[in-house]
Amino acid sequence: MTTDITKETPEAAAVPPSGASPAKKVPQGHRRLLTRRDRLTLGLMAGLPTFLHIALVWVTAFASIALAFTTWDGIGFDSIKWVGLDNFRELFTNNPQFWPAVQHNVIWFVVLILIPTPLGLFLAVQLDKKIRFSRVYQTAFFLPVVLSMAVIGFVWQLVYNPDTGLINSLIGANEPGKYIDWIGDPDLNLWAILIAASWRHAGYMMILYLAGLKGVDPALREASALDGAGEWQTFKNVIFPTLRPTNTIVLVVTIIEALRAFDLVFVFNKGAEGTELLSILVTNNIIGESSRIGYGSAIAVVLLLISLVVIIPYLVATFRKERRA
Amino acid sequence: MSSVSALAKQRTPIRPGRILLHVFLATMALAWLAPLLWAVYAALRPYGETSEKGYVSWPDKLTFENFTNAFTQSDMTHYFGNTMLIAIPAVLVTLFLSSMVAFYVSRFDFRINLFLLLVFTAGNLLPQQVIITPLYRLYLLIDIPGITMSGKLYDSALGLVLIHVAFQSGFCAFVLSNYMKMLPHELTEAALVDGASVWRLYWQITLPLCKPAMAALGTLLSIWIYNDFFWALVLISTGENMPITSALNNLSGQYFTDPNLIAAGALITAVPVLIVYFLLQRQFVSGLTLGANKG
Repeated sequence: MTTDITKETPEAAAVPPSGASPAKKVPQGHRRLLTRRDRLTLGLMAGLPTFLHIALVWVTAFASIALAFTTWDGIGFDSIKWVGLDNFRELFTNNPQFWPAVQHNVIWFVVLILIPTPLGLFLAVQLDKKIRFSRVYQTAFFLPVVLSMAVIGFVWQLVYNPDTGLINSLIGANEPGKYIDWIGDPDLNLWAILIAASWRHAGYMMILYLAGLKGVDPALREASALDGAGEWQTFKNVIFPTLRPTNTIVLVVTIIEALRAFDLVFVFNKGAEGTELLSILVTNNIIGESSRIGYGSAIAVVLLLISLVVIIPYLVATFRKERRA
Repeated sequence: MSSVSALAKQRTPIRPGRILLHVFLATMALAWLAPLLWAVYAALRPYGETSEKGYVSWPDKLTFENFTNAFTQSDMTHYFGNTMLIAIPAVLVTLFLSSMVAFYVSRFDFRINLFLLLVFTAGNLLPQQVIITPLYRLYLLIDIPGITMSGKLYDSALGLVLIHVAFQSGFCAFVLSNYMKMLPHELTEAALVDGASVWRLYWQITLPLCKPAMAALGTLLSIWIYNDFFWALVLISTGENMPITSALNNLSGQYFTDPNLIAAGALITAVPVLIVYFLLQRQFVSGLTLGANKG
């Protein structure tokens, strides 16, 4: 189709039909139609944002990788010293917080994907049934998603506070001797925080799945019902398989959320024992008393490597589709 | 559509199932609101009463005193001002820059497009902590005397605006480019043949058609940037310069001395996003799902 158009009206080639043919086919198009000034405008339009994005996001990401192999006091560039893998060696063998942090990040992901994500899907399926008050329910479930993680942290502190909190007051554990320390006890606090995180995540997933369900062809449902399939069978065999693109997004979003988790924990108990996370370790290394740039970067590199395991396959899949389109 | 629902009506005896579903959903919705309602309840009660009777007790008196105290004692107006100073330029500039990139990659067929889009999309997926250590150093190194109070990007609103723009433009460029690809190509083709400049194509023809997407992204960005805690926590050192969400952490130690005041302070901080959410819920949700639908 593209080639036809190119033959008939070569001028149009600069703006190819959607999705687009490979650039090689139409080099003259640009030259013919775009004036010098246009090309300058275009260069600036793409160049300026790209420069800002690369300078602040990619240069710093690569700098993290480079600095992870050095020690630096941050004062002069002369004081940067190459130390090879020392930072990593120390991190893996000598930092009592590192492995717990990795473990907690993994737990964070596992809990989010096993509990609030299916719950969000379940709520979405129920709310997609064209029932009354659907919007009211949606508003309630989705409300936590618009709140900042910091506010969520404060709100849940009021629930978990050992002396004055809702839970301990209700079960009578707010007296000396009977305390349940939801925030300080290292065996409990991660789970307490994960309930707050799940509270938010379920609403988020519900919205993503609701959007996905809107895209399901009603004829599919009808056909399945005519075949005599029950609600669960229809969902399992017909609806869920068509939600595949949404499931991909949900998986990526959940993993990234688990790696980014920070605000909630920081507000809750500053990442004290029991709630260490990689993000907390990186940050404490900057705002804490002893700022070790190389060491902090090494933690960041671990975080980066884990995220790339997710980001790269996602991008490959997305952009392969883009090319085919 | 009507035939489907008619069919459903015949097939399933609707009543009992539906009622059960409503009971379930209503219970869940209430449970979901419970932590927030609890915070509201705590904030409405005087501290003296709750410390005497306990928090789970029938109220003698409900007042807005905690709210007014939290608001005035800690000078929250000042921190809301800081947030405005950061969020408004950040949202506008992000939309402006990312729409230009999206226009570039979606309306033309340059060889670099795919790569460019890849860079932006991948950048938006990185955890912030991956880049924070060098970014922090960079902000301390760059001297811009006279432009910011601190003379550096560190501890300045400008620095925060820049990182918000750089970070969020990844997501926005991705979403907007998908949106622009769906616009009919005849529009820009015709104008280009007529000799319209590229800038006109962008500003007068493409952008007005992107209003729904821009509105959705604008809502989403406003809430995200308003809610940001991390960037300001690390990149701002003076408590006075913090935007409201990050300031909350300091204020809760200094001024909000009891749980009732903390509850009031946290809820006040949530008010602007709640207003935006209730007014522009559709925009917010479609912004979130715009990015998700395509992927």
